[in-house]
Amino acid sequence: MNRWIPLIVLILAAGWLASSLRPQKNTGAMDLAAFGRLPVLVNGRLKPLDTVARTSLLMLQGRQRVSDPTVAEPFVATPAEWLADVLFNPAKADTYPTFRLSATDSPELLTLMGITEADTRIRYDSAILRTLALADFVPGTRTRFSFNQLQPKLAELDRQAQLAEPIDPQLRTGFQKAVVQLRERVMLYQRLKHSVQMPDSAGFLSEILRFQQGLPAGITAVRARQKGEPHDEAAFQALLAAAERYDIMDKHGYLLTIPPDASEPNPTAWRTAGHALLETFETQSLNPNVMAYAALGSAWRGREAGQFNEIVRLFREQLGKRFGPQLAKSDVETRFNSAEPFYKSMQLYAVAFLLALCSWLRWPAVLGRSAFYLTLLAFVATTAGIATRMWLEGRPPVTNLYSSALFVGWGSVGLCLILERTYRNAIGSVAAGVIGFVTLLIAHHLSLSGDTLEMMRAVLDTNLWLATHVVVVTIGYAATFLAGFLALIYVFRGVLTRSLDRGTADALARMVYGIVCFATLCSLIGTVLGGIWADQSWGRFWGWDPKENGAVMIVLWNAIILHARWGGLVRQRGLMGLAIFGNIITSWSWFGTNMLGVGLHSYGFMDAAFWWLAAFILTQVAAIALAQMPLAKWRSFQNKSA
Amino acid sequence: MTPLVRQFRDFFVSLKLTVVLLALSIVLIFWATLAQVQLGIWGVQEKFFHTFFVLENIPGTAIPVPVFPGGYFLGGLLILNLVAAHLYRFKLEWKKAGIQLTHLGLILLLLGELITSLQQVESNMRLPEGGTMRYSESYRINELAILDTTNPEFNEVVAIPEAVLADGGSIQHPKLPFQIRIRDYYPNAALAMRNQPAPGGQQAATGPLATAGIGPRVAVTPLRLTYKQDERNAPAAHLEFVGPEGSLGTWLVSPLLGMPQKFDYAGRTWEIALRFKRYYYPFALTLLDFTHEKYAGTDIPKNFASRIHLKTDDAREDREVLIYMNNPLRHAGLTFYQASFEKGDKVSILQVVRNPGWVLPYISCIMMALGLLVQFGIHLLGFVRQRSAAAVESSG
Repeated sequence: MNRWIPLIVLILAAGWLASSLRPQKNTGAMDLAAFGRLPVLVNGRLKPLDTVARTSLLMLQGRQRVSDPTVAEPFVATPAEWLADVLFNPAKADTYPTFRLSATDSPELLTLMGITEADTRIRYDSAILRTLALADFVPGTRTRFSFNQLQPKLAELDRQAQLAEPIDPQLRTGFQKAVVQLRERVMLYQRLKHSVQMPDSAGFLSEILRFQQGLPAGITAVRARQKGEPHDEAAFQALLAAAERYDIMDKHGYLLTIPPDASEPNPTAWRTAGHALLETFETQSLNPNVMAYAALGSAWRGREAGQFNEIVRLFREQLGKRFGPQLAKSDVETRFNSAEPFYKSMQLYAVAFLLALCSWLRWPAVLGRSAFYLTLLAFVATTAGIATRMWLEGRPPVTNLYSSALFVGWGSVGLCLILERTYRNAIGSVAAGVIGFVTLLIAHHLSLSGDTLEMMRAVLDTNLWLATHVVVVTIGYAATFLAGFLALIYVFRGVLTRSLDRGTADALARMVYGIVCFATLCSLIGTVLGGIWADQSWGRFWGWDPKENGAVMIVLWNAIILHARWGGLVRQRGLMGLAIFGNIITSWSWFGTNMLGVGLHSYGFMDAAFWWLAAFILTQVAAIALAQMPLAKWRSFQNKSA
Repeated sequence: MTPLVRQFRDFFVSLKLTVVLLALSIVLIFWATLAQVQLGIWGVQEKFFHTFFVLENIPGTAIPVPVFPGGYFLGGLLILNLVAAHLYRFKLEWKKAGIQLTHLGLILLLLGELITSLQQVESNMRLPEGGTMRYSESYRINELAILDTTNPEFNEVVAIPEAVLADGGSIQHPKLPFQIRIRDYYPNAALAMRNQPAPGGQQAATGPLATAGIGPRVAVTPLRLTYKQDERNAPAAHLEFVGPEGSLGTWLVSPLLGMPQKFDYAGRTWEIALRFKRYYYPFALTLLDFTHEKYAGTDIPKNFASRIHLKTDDAREDREVLIYMNNPLRHAGLTFYQASFEKGDKVSILQVVRNPGWVLPYISCIMMALGLLVQFGIHLLGFVRQRSAAAVESSG
């Protein structure tokens, strides 16, 4: 029986994972899944509307669900449905609470936007919910507000943001940062609304059809007016008004929805609907793609599912003639979005961690093996996720801070699996569970700033160095972290439990030593490769840039650990203390250097992350102090000589 | 061997010294990283790395005292320690080959960094489209250039480093028929026309010191030295030219003035300018075309490229080259990188680096990588053998 339990766990978990791969189902008659797969060009990349919807919601409000704590059902079933409302029915979208404004971020901002305590307070009907709210299990205050709620104070927001913007981002106060951020969110939302139609239009399809009908008369009027001849003033004014409206759409439109014409050789020459409408003045005929989106809008507002689905199908068919491969990519990306491999892996890592932890106390064989299988499954899922991202982007795995978090976790877990396979003592699974979970959590928070598949700035636009320097250095980070976590396991098991016997302790010491060797290799080679890249691209091998300094500190620290051990300067516990300190150095190099805001590698100041980093460093210092306690106080070594 | 010599030897070959030096290096690097916010990347290199000791002023005074070992000190001792330890413990064994190779590579890397810090010269070349340049300009070092332009065929140039101006006093040069008295000198200063308010608000309190050239119309406002990577310090000085018969006048010089100032003296025409130090080359670069690609629908730069014509004075090389991101031109011991551009995409700025030690890191990288692979490979092999032996034992 005991042999079967882990296998059953594996099969159940694999089935659960596989179920996430099935195609998205529509909740209503409208084929929103197909709508979400339509590609548009944003930030230099062709991506499905589904991705646009998800990343926009994350940027606006930090989550993909559109809901209010007091309303039982979410306002929309999927992010794509929300986007459809924003694009086609903005009056309705304006009522959705999709702007995050929290008193914990900046109470002054709430005051500025005229949001009072009465707006934020939530009154639950049931006594249970009220109690839960007190304990913070359900939200006690409202933190998301609709565009309509913000609208009266938008002019004031604009003014405050203009005051704050000239100030260096690092020197801005909390209020100034919050103001600038909210205005960016409002602008993003407004730009989305201008993407396929004028938001104030009663019926955009009929508006542009009228525009086309009036075009010949209007152009005649313009020509006559230029010559100073008598002209149809009404036709002239109508044309002028249309031109102004489409110019606004062109300037503010966020999505490049209109594919290049067949005669245009550049496949990336997508444009906004507004731009395509302005072209009508020359071509004298409406762009069919603009009409398709306008008709889609009309069908959406009229709830005519059959028509909506048919237009989506035809539009897609038309696109497929030229953009077949891109459509296939879009489909895969949409599937990837809904499968959420990283979120699923996070859950698996958490369960694996708990099982492995319990295996030290009870049923080591069954729980240990189950934990190993779950870790393996999560590793497979993250590998698939990372591979999909690489394929979508056509890049090596690490291209920005977000993907570095994914990759650090992936590398550490990979090493853990090797350790677990070799030692079979659940230590590898515990470490994998923690590191896998935490790195994915970090990645989730980094993803809130927008689309994580970004285009690479010119100097980074080199797959050779991204594939060598960045990958190797990131594996170095991963290995150094892993050594530190193994050392933490040693200390906590030794001090707090009786489970660290001599054999386990020696095994842990060997693991830490081996991983440190590996970390030295990767961080040294990765750092030197970085120097060579620097020599290739901006003329000096070594510039003492903060990120370079961080990397070399990791190399030096690993070298210290190795030399101290070879020279007999430290024994087992000393080795563990040194390895834990490696966590501090690595976290500094990974995130701390980005917080300095200087140097070529800086990604901007991350306030919240700063406090988390400080807290992490404190815990590591505490763990090192714990490791220095006399052995008599270690529960595992009491009554024993160590 | 006397006990003293033995003690000495034991000190230099000890692993303890290695560990201490490495730890001190980490502290130094961490401190320097933090200091970069204030000092900028150049200031940090000089204060922390290209020095034997980190100096700090005693609070309230201008007296510097060493407070921490600097980069040269730690790097030098590390090399000594490495070499001594390897000579002392040297054995020709396969088992040690990896470690020895790694450390040899490390020595090479440290030496390379030393050569770089002593020998590297960096400058910029600003090329407008269609323009030809035969020299590049330093962006940190300035020089006072005094040109004799009497002969239309060639100019005779006397270049005086900025440091000499900073010292004050007067300058006499065999090629110049006059003496230069330095009336004042500011390491960084803003200029404004006298009838306009000075940048920063405060007007220079005194009247004009200059009596000739454009100086009398210009107000000089001293500024703090900047350490930001994207800003330059622009020095300014008032120079009085004195001949045997008396003063010729006082001129204001600054790189911000742009144009050199002319005057006639002793039957010759002279031009003076405080300008960015120039490095002349025996070849000319002409910018044929500069391109700046962006990703569709964004302002994210995709690539910068300069199509350049390179022509040497001896006419041995006369060819077109394309310099773009991550793809520099290496020529005559110099490397030309695409560094920047000016608004409108009509002017390309190349960075020019002369670093005789540039190849050392490449060699040392290969040596260290091989060394570590061999070393840890041997470890891993031993470990795997031990494990499988243990497995056989436990199963048997």
